[in-house]
Amino acid sequence: MKKEEIPQDLSSLGKITKEVCYAVDGSGKYVTELSRGWEVKINALDVAWNDIEGRKTAAKEKVRRNEASPLLFFMERALMDIPILAGYTGFWKWQIKRHLRPEVFDKLSDKKLQRYADVFNVGIENLKSMNVNEA
Amino acid sequence: MKLDFEHIQSAHCENGVTTNLLRHIGVSQMTEPLAFGIGAGLFFAYIPLLKINNGPAIAFRTFPGLIFKRTCSYLDIEVVRKKFSSKEEAQKILDQTLQTGQPTGCQVGVYYLPYFPKEYRFHFNAHNLVVYGKEGDNYLISDPVMENTTTLSSYELERVRFAKGALAPRGQLYYPKQGMAVTDHQIAIAIEKGIKKNISNMIGIPGPIAGVNGIKFTGKRIKKWRDKLGLHKAGLYLAQLVRMQEEIGTGGGGFRYIYGAFLQEAFAFHPKEQLLEISKSFTQAGDLWRTAAVQAAGIYKGRISSQKDFNVMGDYLIELAEIERQAFVGLSKIKWQV
Repeated sequence: MKKEEIPQDLSSLGKITKEVCYAVDGSGKYVTELSRGWEVKINALDVAWNDIEGRKTAAKEKVRRNEASPLLFFMERALMDIPILAGYTGFWKWQIKRHLRPEVFDKLSDKKLQRYADVFNVGIENLKSMNVNEA
Repeated sequence: MKLDFEHIQSAHCENGVTTNLLRHIGVSQMTEPLAFGIGAGLFFAYIPLLKINNGPAIAFRTFPGLIFKRTCSYLDIEVVRKKFSSKEEAQKILDQTLQTGQPTGCQVGVYYLPYFPKEYRFHFNAHNLVVYGKEGDNYLISDPVMENTTTLSSYELERVRFAKGALAPRGQLYYPKQGMAVTDHQIAIAIEKGIKKNISNMIGIPGPIAGVNGIKFTGKRIKKWRDKLGLHKAGLYLAQLVRMQEEIGTGGGGFRYIYGAFLQEAFAFHPKEQLLEISKSFTQAGDLWRTAAVQAAGIYKGRISSQKDFNVMGDYLIELAEIERQAFVGLSKIKWQV
């Protein structure tokens, strides 16, 4: 890539910091130059986030159909899988698997629910109802 | 307390931390391309069975931590590295290290990193930054991918040092021990070692998933993605490939440009014409990776969708595998006399 071909498409990162790119100058020597972003990778990131939105919607539906507990929705929302959630809550993976079943989740003590609520940064009531403001 | 530490921005976090920490202890020749090349940073691996963020695991660089480790080891610089089970202990040792005047590298997760934009905050736990001081409850932070230095409160720093999930940092801190100045002769030897290591990683690992074999393998797989995964998922996978290639501080073209820059800088220590010639091959590879990314974007944006479009995409990678194979074979033929 030539130095003058470095794209400057403003990305969400570009609003906070420009990033270092490597390219060659007119004599073929490598130099660095700052870039505000590149449309191709802005789109790639959008694709990833659209997928996450889709997974959240699907999880919500599943909870409504009583096929999963609200934990599933909050896991998708926090981009967490069972091992990550186990790390942050201190529950064992097998416990979280059980808590993902609606009938088990409904009987959880407030103490246990609070541990999830803390990690997902919501109140216990919101954890049960899935009513959360999307930031 | 604010240590005398020079923040030089880099494309990639680990290259930057390595460069800035080594410059701090007096290795004034160190640059990002040299750190990346001596650390044998260039790689490719595609692990279909391992999923990251619901997509395939694709890497354009070596395993996290190895660049710092190898660069120091090839320069005969001793490294201090500590992991912690207790958060209190992790903070205490960090504070003590800063007290001795030593800027300290920390491995952190980006999910809770407050100065990153939300769109970039995935559960990625192998980010690196340097702590270079403490004022009140705030740590002074040099994150090498950022233009400017920043701060984190002790709580914010603790949270990212103890991020959970794959590659959990467990409070890990590291720094090179003060030593004698490194001579140009030592740099030259380290460059040779780094290039040899990179040759073996790219064309010496048996099996289909690593090095240039991995690039070819991925190219063949991509041609099957449309039928096997359907357009939506295939688009997601291609977006993941592009993000790994361009998004995470690669300097463009999946680190291939940085490697090209490294070979040019290596020429100053080893006057071998081949280094300059082969540098051009990496520029060519980087350009073709970016052409492939544009093709991939056409697919994940839904502008193009036929099997022919997937074949073109796959063929780019198959061509890339050959360009990079020849480049590393070329490097393997250099007669080093240091």
